[in-house]
Amino acid sequence: MSTLSREETEALIAEVLEVYPEKARKDRAKHLAINDQSIEQSKKCITANRKTLPGVMTVRGCAYAGSKGVVWGPIKDMVHISHGPVGCGQYSRAGRRNYYVGTTGVDTFGTMNFTSDFQEKDIVFGGDKKLAKLLEEVETLFPLSKGSSIQSECPIGLIGDDIESVAKKASAATGKPMVPVRCEGFRGVSQSLGHHIANDTIRDWVIGKRDGQPFASTPYDVAIIGDYNIGGDAWASRILLEEMGLRVVAQWSGDGTLAEMMNTPKVKLNLLHCYRSMNYISRHMEEKYGIPWLEYNFFGPTKIVESLRKIAGFFDDSIKEKCEAVIARYQPMMDAIIGKYKPRLQGKKVMLYVGGLRPRHIIGAYEDLGMEVVGAGYEFGHNDDYDRSIKEMGNATLIYDDANGFELEQFVKRIKPDMVGSGIKEKYIFQKMGIPFRQMHSWDYSGPYHGYDGFAIFARDMDIALSSPVWSKFVPPWKKAVPEEAQKAA
Amino acid sequence: MANIMIRQADSGGLVFYLPKRDLEASIESIEFDSDAKWGGELKLGNGGAYYIEPIARPPRLPISLRARRLGAAED
Repeated sequence: MSTLSREETEALIAEVLEVYPEKARKDRAKHLAINDQSIEQSKKCITANRKTLPGVMTVRGCAYAGSKGVVWGPIKDMVHISHGPVGCGQYSRAGRRNYYVGTTGVDTFGTMNFTSDFQEKDIVFGGDKKLAKLLEEVETLFPLSKGSSIQSECPIGLIGDDIESVAKKASAATGKPMVPVRCEGFRGVSQSLGHHIANDTIRDWVIGKRDGQPFASTPYDVAIIGDYNIGGDAWASRILLEEMGLRVVAQWSGDGTLAEMMNTPKVKLNLLHCYRSMNYISRHMEEKYGIPWLEYNFFGPTKIVESLRKIAGFFDDSIKEKCEAVIARYQPMMDAIIGKYKPRLQGKKVMLYVGGLRPRHIIGAYEDLGMEVVGAGYEFGHNDDYDRSIKEMGNATLIYDDANGFELEQFVKRIKPDMVGSGIKEKYIFQKMGIPFRQMHSWDYSGPYHGYDGFAIFARDMDIALSSPVWSKFVPPWKKAVPEEAQKAA
Repeated sequence: MANIMIRQADSGGLVFYLPKRDLEASIESIEFDSDAKWGGELKLGNGGAYYIEPIARPPRLPISLRARRLGAAED
């Protein structure tokens, strides 16, 4: 249970790399590193956002996952069509737990799956006619939808369908925005490119549609960008901002609507939670409309206080006062939670392997509970993510980029963390190894974890996972050492 | 040639951003830095160098520009 020293970690990496053929070893060596807080630029120690080695069990997703699953999917009042074979849409349906309010199938469509269900003939003769018919049907069946997005699956790009022209015609016929998204799964090296493509389509088809229209704005308008409302995260963040006296005009994209997104250029400040998936659109709005953007972190009281003060710093004194009042109101609750759980969780070690922002954002929440993050990595992070992570992570912490099943297992076997936080694909491997596990993508059917309310749930969940009596039952009775007295009695 | 964006850093300097590669780096030096002529060779914090056609100082940052890479591709 001891933390490995720098030399031991180096030896561990070398040991893990040993099984690879030489070429693969050279490639993977660049993706495994030991954190050094003195380094300013992550590229000096780690390579990120590169093509995964063929033959290893990566856990990355595809561009379609990034666009349909992450960015576009949660926009609740639009119909998101998975254009292509049925599987991509069906197997990713509602898996991300983006909560929303509304009547599903009437005015909101978040958990539904719409697909053009490609068959052989559509591949041979093209699927444009089918798509046109589908868009017509959507209009008949769901007249309250505010628009559609067409999320391309791999075959669309391969056969060269012209979804743009179909979308244009349908849009002219219905008067609603129809957004063709070229997010074929084969594009790029991971879901990260899907985020970028989706951001670019939002830039081209959504932002700017209400320029020049009247809008009753206040000096305190903000937008929450990059919060997908997983288990209600965005709601837990939103109430804090509203208590501070800010007006949240838009939520991107968890529980968000098309109208909110169109109104976003009217805000005074964009609050960016998931940097990885939505920095593109924030940068665009900064350039076109001069709206500054601010990265914030609502995991754990320490980071929340820091972030709330940073946000209040953009506004006048009335907001700053209310911000302090909010902090003062919640602090006793947080102290009670930390008082309850910290003694139970103190000193426990966690390894994280998650996506977008969480490897660096959650560290603060674990530290508030007295836990230590001994290894962290991104599935699809870029070097700018690692740049931001180096300072957050402890010295000599193990960092892994695009780690595969084998590497993770080896690391966990040697580092022996008390807990692993990753996704569903890793969950059962580690639980079978006898290590408590929490899914840090979907909060393991719990949540929210953002904000003050979320931290209470986060702390409870970590305690539930670690203190479960099941971990003491791992050695079967016949393998247990029999106590001496019992032997004598027998 | 690549599209790049230059924005003001929180610390006061300039930040170079190359969307195509999600490359974000600080600008260490800019060849021309006067109101009438602004641009030229940009030396980046990551060791790379880019060239932008000198223009009048932009009234507001961020600004998107076309840039040419000087030297080999940095990683």
